Amino acid sequence: MTVQTGIQPISAARRAKDRLVQVLVYLAFALAVIPLLSVLWLVVKNGLGRFDMEFLTHSMRNIGARDAGGGAYHAIIGTLEQVLLASLIAVPIGLLTAVYLVEYGEGGRLSRTISFFVDVMTGVPSVVSGLFVLAFWILVLGMPFSGFAGALALSILMMPVVVRSAEEMLRLVPRELREASYALGVPKWRTIVKVVLPTAFTGIVTGVMLAVARVAGETAPLLLTVFITDSINNDPFNGPQMGLPLYVFDQAGRPTDTAINRAWTGALTLILIVMLLNLVARLITWWRSPARRR
Amino acid sequence: MRRSAFRRSRGDGPFRFASTGAGIVLLAIMAAIGVFLVVKAVPALQANTSHFLTELTWQPNATKPVFGIGALAFGTVLSSLLALVIATPVAVGVALFISHYAPRRLASVLGYVVDLLAAVPSVVYGLWGVTFLVPFMLGPSKFLNDYLGWIPLFGGDTVVGKSMLTASLVLAIMILPIIAAISREIFLQAPKMQEEAALALGATRWEMIRMSVLPFGRPGVISAAMLGLGRAMGETIAVALIFPATFNISFQILGPYGNSIAANIANGFGEATEVGRGALIASGLVLFLITLLVNMAARFVIARRKEYARAAA
Repeated sequence: MTVQTGIQPISAARRAKDRLVQVLVYLAFALAVIPLLSVLWLVVKNGLGRFDMEFLTHSMRNIGARDAGGGAYHAIIGTLEQVLLASLIAVPIGLLTAVYLVEYGEGGRLSRTISFFVDVMTGVPSVVSGLFVLAFWILVLGMPFSGFAGALALSILMMPVVVRSAEEMLRLVPRELREASYALGVPKWRTIVKVVLPTAFTGIVTGVMLAVARVAGETAPLLLTVFITDSINNDPFNGPQMGLPLYVFDQAGRPTDTAINRAWTGALTLILIVMLLNLVARLITWWRSPARRR
Repeated sequence: MRRSAFRRSRGDGPFRFASTGAGIVLLAIMAAIGVFLVVKAVPALQANTSHFLTELTWQPNATKPVFGIGALAFGTVLSSLLALVIATPVAVGVALFISHYAPRRLASVLGYVVDLLAAVPSVVYGLWGVTFLVPFMLGPSKFLNDYLGWIPLFGGDTVVGKSMLTASLVLAIMILPIIAAISREIFLQAPKMQEEAALALGATRWEMIRMSVLPFGRPGVISAAMLGLGRAMGETIAVALIFPATFNISFQILGPYGNSIAANIANGFGEATEVGRGALIASGLVLFLITLLVNMAARFVIARRKEYARAAA
């Protein structure tokens, strides 16, 4: 019997297994990217055909079932207004909640409860937030279908995202900054408003942009709250108002090719808006990253 | 300034009150969702002439309303579980790829590419699914039916593109980035010392991952998968365009069957009467409760382990 010394080479079986797993892992990544490429490619290919001035400046009013032409102006206006209103509701509540969790909560029972339910709230299905606004705002309070009702539903989806990202950013603010401010006799609330929030400002903006990007593409809550319309309605508080995701859903459900083409162009416009918001968020993050601040 | 003066400085009270109030508003919204769904669901449930939990048909708009959650809940659970089975292995592979295989310079960029999957609005997946994936899946579905038809799932006489399988595939694509992103964060937090010790003892990369990364990450991956499951169950528009909207219970995932609670709400809302709306709200309440349970369980697993604190966000 020979005594083996030193390091033995890795056996062929073990090496083969290692290789196999490596191949599988690379394959998994490729598998995940294929649908993304397929979606983006088809959206660009099919969407560019109708991506013209008429699409961006006209509504669907007086466009017959088989007519070509028509556009998504009413839907684009609606989406911008709805998302803006949703942000106006969700950002203050979300930001203040984050301030509470980081500055005032001190790990107490209430703050742990809120923190837990913020997490749970991220999992509320978008259609349920739409149903809630339908039940509460429209059926119980008797308010009309409107862009604002849609904005309410979107704001419920935005809040937890805003809280989480703002909370993370506030926790990154160094304790020394707060203590320096306290040492100068500045009260806590002024420290938060003048020192903590400005320090975390760009990070918070990034989080808000990502939250906006998330809700801008939501269809289900709009379907239940703003009602489908083909006309331009600039007033988000009165009457049905279209939204861009809803426009895509509506057109995709129509049987003609011209409608399907409009759906693709609507999808392209929607993805461009969402990507633009994502890109702006990334740019702000990059612009404020420590490596560049020096 | 005296300490007491600092504490009781003017403005601090209102500000503290406002931020605490905002947190309580969030809790109130969660409670209100439950309360108002119940309030509007009850009259419709009283008008129902059948048993809501076991009835399969959905005719709440009829003069004698008959509706039940049975078939819809079945479709919701089946399609989400299928999506989970398809997405989880791929997502774990993607997470490992980004955390342990990809060149470090590329890793964050590639991670961003996978995150982009989550940035695509669901209605776009629906459009893509109904115009591209539905006809595309006809071939593979026929293949499965021909050669694996003896498995009950792939059995049946009719094979269509608008099937449970296609809807589940779209759901899988949509939940993949969520599972992958959380798993990735957790794999990155695996104890470096153990990994290096394993490598120093001569383990191959796979052996190192199997012995130190996966045991560490298992609870995290499970809860990530549950978060994905919750998302799949609530997904509406993409599957509303794909499901054939039938009201029966069938395990033949290649056949012309399938529906879900969320899809039914989207498809049925337009022509719903007052009772019909109440019925849809009742079904939404069921969906809300199911996803609430799934999400709370997942969050509970994550929250219990302090190591995962960063990944939970």
